Amino acid sequence: MSDFVSDFWNLYVIVIVVGSILACVVLLIVQGKATFTPGKTMGHVWDGDLEEYNNPMPKWWTWMFVITVVFAFVYLALYPGLGNFKGMLGWTSVGQHKAEVEKADAAAKPLFDKYLAMDLKAVAGDKQAMEMGKRLYLTYCMQCHGADARGAKGFPNLADNDWQWGGEPEQVVATIAAGRMGVMPPHPQLGAETIKDLANFVRSLSGLPGDSVRAAKGKEAFVAAGCLGCHGPEGKGNIAMGAPNLTDKVWLYGSSEATIIETITNGRQNKMPAWKEFLGDGKVHVLSAYVLSLSQGAK
Amino acid sequence: MIKHEQIEKSVTLLIVLTLLVVVWGGLLEIVPLFFQKSTTTPVEGVKPYDAVRLAGRDVYIREGCYNCHSQMIRPFRAETERYGHYSVAGEFVYDHPFQWGSKRTGPDLHRVGGRYSDEWQRAHLINPRDLVPESNMPAFPWLATTKAKDTVGADIEKKMEVMRTYANMRGIPTYSDEEIKGSRAAIGDKTEMDVLIAYLQGLGTALKNTK
Repeated sequence: MSDFVSDFWNLYVIVIVVGSILACVVLLIVQGKATFTPGKTMGHVWDGDLEEYNNPMPKWWTWMFVITVVFAFVYLALYPGLGNFKGMLGWTSVGQHKAEVEKADAAAKPLFDKYLAMDLKAVAGDKQAMEMGKRLYLTYCMQCHGADARGAKGFPNLADNDWQWGGEPEQVVATIAAGRMGVMPPHPQLGAETIKDLANFVRSLSGLPGDSVRAAKGKEAFVAAGCLGCHGPEGKGNIAMGAPNLTDKVWLYGSSEATIIETITNGRQNKMPAWKEFLGDGKVHVLSAYVLSLSQGAK
Repeated sequence: MIKHEQIEKSVTLLIVLTLLVVVWGGLLEIVPLFFQKSTTTPVEGVKPYDAVRLAGRDVYIREGCYNCHSQMIRPFRAETERYGHYSVAGEFVYDHPFQWGSKRTGPDLHRVGGRYSDEWQRAHLINPRDLVPESNMPAFPWLATTKAKDTVGADIEKKMEVMRTYANMRGIPTYSDEEIKGSRAAIGDKTEMDVLIAYLQGLGTALKNTK
């Protein structure tokens, strides 16, 4: 793109480009005049017997030179290069990209339209859609959720049947399209002892071993500290705000007493980015179906 | 007219003329770029790096991130599908030096801003394999324990003044005196990890989500 601040630079480029090409032609004419004189050398000798003849340039080389000059002018006529002149083909790198994208989008559109019209469970059963979904997953999702979709510390496992934000088709679509913001507030004000009690109680909810006296005190603190506001009176969580179920065996950050104490004390914060704008409805739909298919057959 | 024979026989003349040819190329390929609006004015939404991001940018440079990560999305569908909108010149007007890079061992980072959560960046920098077992990126755990004010933030006012000089030369928006004065406070007790993540999260967000 040329959008020079003044027309001077337009002329500057044109003059130098054309001038340089013409200078090459002049150089060829001026320096290409040597004629072959048998026996005449450049007049120096190396290593006792190495001499250099003063021969004219080969004809094929001279013609190649002429061809490059002609090529330069043809190129500059067709493509942008001479200052503000846009070239007869009207080519731009942005235009080429746009054409490339439009062509691919047009080719893929009927496919995505077909899947958009199907409900997610049907898409999840479509072999081709699932191949597309896998590609999409490996491009956009595996960095956090893993190539095997089993997640990592702080990043949910998608291959099991536990859903922090709900596993109904429309909930999965909403998670991918608009993203999610998971916030566990920090509770250092509760004090180290109470937090330890709570950790023992939380572990007892899912049948993990712990100090039963502390767990009993933790049960009271669970109510008093307001944990039930998000995790529910029975600790079963709340998918509306992404509060995990504390009674199952799925642990986003880890189930050790130390990790739970860290979670309660410092809180946790993480974010699932929104993909609707970037991917568009079609891809979000196929991707959602793929994510759902991952947990089919999982307990 | 200088004869070829004379050029070949005089080292000085050969050097001078060689340099002239090199300079000639620069006159045409580099100089006009200084006088193009698209390369010298920021695109809408691009602002000077604030103190924290500027310090983070220096961590990025110090650790040599540019050796494996480019910040240049080319206008090819394969790249814009994966990374987002191709990079445009007006996004780099505050980059001195630019971080386009020349090789991708890791992915391009120009549109990494907002792509992952802060928490992801933190865990990933401490040990990339905790999140991506296949990754061959080195771990940078010391960033989490080094205060930015002791290293990259130590002379932040001076850095911002230099950046302001560059911006003023081109008459584009830049830091106010207050921003420079407040830069030390803005960095505060943040670690190198914090400022680096702030830098990464701001990358390429001006044209994010548009294709």
